[in-house]
Amino acid sequence: MVTVVLFYLFAVILVGSALRVITAKNPVHSVLFLVLAFVTASCLWLMLNVEFLALSLILIYVGAVMVLFLFVVMMLDIDLEEIRSGFWKNLPLAILLGVVILAEMVTILVRRPIVVTGTADVQVLNPDNLSNSYQVGWLMYTQYSYPVELASMILLLGLVVAVALTLRKTNKNAKYQNIAAQVATSSTGRVTMLKMSTEIDQIATNEVAKEVIAEITSADGGSKK
Amino acid sequence: MMDMTTMNMNLITAIPEIFMAVMIVFMLLLDAFIDESKKSVNTILTILTLIGGYILQLIVFVPTQISMAFNGMFVLDGLAEGMKLFVYVFSIVVVLYIRQYINDKKFMKGEFYAIFLFAILGMQVMISANNLLILYIGLELFSLALIGLVALNRDSIRSTEAAMKYFILSALASGILLYGISFIFGATNELQLDAVFRSIYAANGQNSGMLVFGLVFIVAGLVFKLGLVPFHMWVPDVYEGASLPATTLIGTVSEIAGVVFIIRFLVGGLVLLSKEWAVMLSVVAFLSVFLGNIVAISQTNIKRLLGYSAIAHMGFIAFGLMTVSVNGISAVLFYVVSYVITALAGFGVLLALSEGGFECEKIEDLSGLSKSHPIYAGIMLLVMFSLAGIPPLVGFYAKFTILSALIEAGYIKSAVFAVIMALIGAFYYLRVVKVMYFDEKDIELRAANTGVISRGVLVVNGGLLLLIGIMPGNLMRFCSYLLTS
Repeated sequence: MVTVVLFYLFAVILVGSALRVITAKNPVHSVLFLVLAFVTASCLWLMLNVEFLALSLILIYVGAVMVLFLFVVMMLDIDLEEIRSGFWKNLPLAILLGVVILAEMVTILVRRPIVVTGTADVQVLNPDNLSNSYQVGWLMYTQYSYPVELASMILLLGLVVAVALTLRKTNKNAKYQNIAAQVATSSTGRVTMLKMSTEIDQIATNEVAKEVIAEITSADGGSKK
Repeated sequence: MMDMTTMNMNLITAIPEIFMAVMIVFMLLLDAFIDESKKSVNTILTILTLIGGYILQLIVFVPTQISMAFNGMFVLDGLAEGMKLFVYVFSIVVVLYIRQYINDKKFMKGEFYAIFLFAILGMQVMISANNLLILYIGLELFSLALIGLVALNRDSIRSTEAAMKYFILSALASGILLYGISFIFGATNELQLDAVFRSIYAANGQNSGMLVFGLVFIVAGLVFKLGLVPFHMWVPDVYEGASLPATTLIGTVSEIAGVVFIIRFLVGGLVLLSKEWAVMLSVVAFLSVFLGNIVAISQTNIKRLLGYSAIAHMGFIAFGLMTVSVNGISAVLFYVVSYVITALAGFGVLLALSEGGFECEKIEDLSGLSKSHPIYAGIMLLVMFSLAGIPPLVGFYAKFTILSALIEAGYIKSAVFAVIMALIGAFYYLRVVKVMYFDEKDIELRAANTGVISRGVLVVNGGLLLLIGIMPGNLMRFCSYLLTS
């Protein structure tokens, strides 16, 4: 009973915040509602006993991706009125299309209702009572090693494309770090010892310096008066 | 828990892909250490990688046997082997054609060829995917690489815009596809394509609502990737906006991967729902053949024209798929291979005529080509006649096999409609020929110095259009052998 109540509570919050993501006027609010949606989705996952996925959703999406998003949204100067200019003009067509698609979906699902065959029992799926992250890790590196490898290739590709699109080798003003030279440096290359006298008379051989010193002393005398 | 010893990795079957992945990483590392003046090493390494992949692919294949790897997620059957060999050969040809253009335009070679190889790797993964998850990941690898290639021409606003459009629309299509996959998974509880098939068979009509519901989204996603109407909006813009090398890859080799992808999905996993998806494909095919041919008439940019022509040709392929017969599917394979050979020659000529920073893309640019470059004009003539489907060339036979499969399956009206539309299409192909042979030239079009090998390959490619057109038997037999073995 408690789980059912909790499920509907989280479900309502999830759908409501997802709706606010696309209707909020301020993009920062949108991002914050998206964070709320992620957190409630993670709560729903916790109720399904998938702790690892629930926590990684919070760690990765809320902790890393959304914070980055928030930074970008706050840094950019977005003129919302400009983006929304075509909104009202296209709204009737969009509503019409949405209603047609929804009607089609409902017709299919009403005429041939979905039958849920065999509920997944957590106890059956996990006979040895192993921890969630152990199970996920085991599957990732055995049965699903191929998709994991492929996903790593996609990440590498994304990295290469991102660098290739932003790197400007021709920019003369760019400052490059020569790490090898920095590491190979020694104290002799950095510090030059000069012999200097501390006596003020010897420095003041120069006429200009004498005048400066005279000015300073007279100014000191003046202020004392 | 599954034991490591019961796992069936069978990595030998996937050696060509592993070799390619290793070579990509090696090229990326090497690129960081070589001088700008020695970057042509990358071109040579790319060609060597593709040749190596081809040879390994020949070695690992065991005829008349379906080999699996990675717990059945990776399959190497006749279809995969044949199409992968085609992809390797055609991508070598693409590299030979685009080499000079990339040198002239001062693209970043290391990155370009690495992303190029990523795209080829994605195609190979898609071609031998036997799992809904792998189909999706392969598709992402492939589309992301293509988007990267389009965007790499970053000083051009048109290219950036095309890349943005392609990226957003393709992300949307991936989302739709994934949503459909989730419904198929929900109804069958399986991800392996063969297990999905068995599960639908065992369910015997139960839960068909959920399956059809998912199927609609899957077909929408697949149709987007092939660029069929009503999900075709990106095709002309990307063809026009992308630089010629990227357009060449998108317009040729990637069509093979797309067609095999749709065959794996619909014929491999969801063939029991063929009654439903054949109807969807027929609507899509009608619209594509109609819109592709009609809108192409008013085009002045030859890349855009080839984009609309690709929509129309993919419409023909959808006609072949909707017959759901062995004859129809082998006609589809023949069609896509012959289309790619034809389009390759066309893009090859355009690339050969793009000298220095110039990009040959207006149809008027080709005026007087028959006098200044008779050989290129001759190849372009063969390409246009073949695309239009004029008899002794390969395009005619390809259309013929699709039409005969349609009539065999009882779709007489569709066949008649397809012929009428192909006739309308002949107009704009012949207009290009007219411009080349009968219009006066304004400016001298200079040919790029593409080198003896590239020019030789281009001439052979043009000759193949005629040769396969006259003797289509071998390729046709090969295509139906791939399906039945």
